[in-house]
Amino acid sequence: MSEAAFFIDYSRCIGCEACVNACAECDTHRGTSMIHLETIDRRDSVQTAPQICMHCEDPICAQVCPADAIKKTPDGVVQSSLKPRCIGCSNCVLSCPFGVPKYMSGIDQMMKCDMCYDRSSVGKKPMCATVCPSGALTYTSMEEIQRTRQGIPVNSWKFGAEEVKTKVYVMVPREVTRVEIGLVQIHSTPSALPNDPYDVALMLEGME
Amino acid sequence: MQKRIFPTTGSDSAHAMTWGLIAATSLVIGIFVGSRGLRDFDPALVSYAGACVFSAFGLGYRYAMWLRRPPTRLYWYRGWHIFLDRKHFMRNVFHLGRIFWNNIVLQRFIERRSHKRWMAHWFLAWGCLLAGAVTFPLSFGWVRFETSVDNQQIYRAFMFGIPLGSFRLGTWIAELTFNILDVAAVMVLIGVFFALWRRGRDHGAMSVQQFSNDLTPLIMLFAICVTGLFLTVSTHLMHGLYYIFLSQLHAITVILTLLCLPFGKFFHIFQRPAQLGLDFYKRAGAEGPQAKCIRCGQEYGAALQIEDLKTVQAELQIRFQMTDGSHYQDVCPQCRRKNLALTQDALWRSTDMSKRGLL
Repeated sequence: MSEAAFFIDYSRCIGCEACVNACAECDTHRGTSMIHLETIDRRDSVQTAPQICMHCEDPICAQVCPADAIKKTPDGVVQSSLKPRCIGCSNCVLSCPFGVPKYMSGIDQMMKCDMCYDRSSVGKKPMCATVCPSGALTYTSMEEIQRTRQGIPVNSWKFGAEEVKTKVYVMVPREVTRVEIGLVQIHSTPSALPNDPYDVALMLEGME
Repeated sequence: MQKRIFPTTGSDSAHAMTWGLIAATSLVIGIFVGSRGLRDFDPALVSYAGACVFSAFGLGYRYAMWLRRPPTRLYWYRGWHIFLDRKHFMRNVFHLGRIFWNNIVLQRFIERRSHKRWMAHWFLAWGCLLAGAVTFPLSFGWVRFETSVDNQQIYRAFMFGIPLGSFRLGTWIAELTFNILDVAAVMVLIGVFFALWRRGRDHGAMSVQQFSNDLTPLIMLFAICVTGLFLTVSTHLMHGLYYIFLSQLHAITVILTLLCLPFGKFFHIFQRPAQLGLDFYKRAGAEGPQAKCIRCGQEYGAALQIEDLKTVQAELQIRFQMTDGSHYQDVCPQCRRKNLALTQDALWRSTDMSKRGLL
């Protein structure tokens, strides 16, 4: 049995927010959830998607950090910014192709998912994968994921001309070897819509 | 192709070596001139001064190397450029005073992270700075003390050979002057105690801390303080017992720490003031036009920073240009996250449709 790895399957997310709440229990970022849970197009569907850090092999967040504050552990986990060094510039927040790092203005520091390093470094599952009821976030062996899912896990991405390899895998159809990101437009954008005070979807969109 | 704003030339290590030598040479010249041609230089402190010269070389080298990184270089120059802008210079000076007070003196941003962390850091930082403010000028021969020629009870202080003032032995000012390093040592020990207490009980900190990076600096500071306090104990309570051995032991701990300044955690002392420059950059960005996401149309950052990031990315060979001519950097982080799920969705949909012969 191979070593455990993290697998994400956006299509399985049911938006229960168990991952969001469990994440806040992690000791490395107590009380602050690092998971992003997006409602994709609130007006037209109930589709939701979680986003954890994908832990890039050559993290773009670390490359653009002027303070050299983002480090990767020997086992490939990209950590939150080092507290003594982070100057809160948000370069990482704006550059991460997966939109993961969060700038915490109160403490003037970037924080991000560190795969619950207090747990995963001793062989335990990250909190989100422990509680996810639908398997959208799964921490298991490669053999197990291939045995139980229709698709295959890939960790190769392309954003424009930039190729990115990640420690975390995404589940895709068997024919796919790399996820090429194009810009999938949404049907309606809050800024393009007329200002309607009774439009709840629009109001919630603005609150995100 | 983005244009390079602050290009670099030559090899990184040769450039850094040059700055290291400039820093070390400047210090040697400073010691020579400040001690009036070594007349005020105390030979007993030559090992400390020598370690400082090595440390200055290392710090110059590391800082220059750090500034060679494209994002660091860009922010460093941008920060200075915005600060020195003639139109807002006086406003910037006042703002600098305010953020220096809050961020460097009071260290408020650490207090918001955790009171225990702030307490530890405040005592460590100000204990070390107080000790540094006393020992560096003494080791360089910039400050010296001597008894008055006509009265052995009067002590006189000189800086660069200029008389600063005098005080009588046995007064509170004399006690404070002679024991200022003990005060600094106690402050640092309080900081070390709080830091180790937190690091020994915080499960989060325990999982990510490294012995070399997080604990070694605390151990070194602890060693300096304890061996320094031993000197006072030896003098006042033990009639000078083992004083020479203890002074050599203390010198070794201080010299080792000085040599470690350019490496690991200690280097953040020199990196951290960059935060002040960034504050001006952020302010200029907030006052200028804002970038709008090409997908949702919402504002998501300062246009100044987004354009600078494209320049930095080009220098780092990060190629976010899309095939349709747009730039991925112009998509807000939230839309990027939504886009990932929609892309995966589209992959399943297209595979399903092609299997059913619809594509």
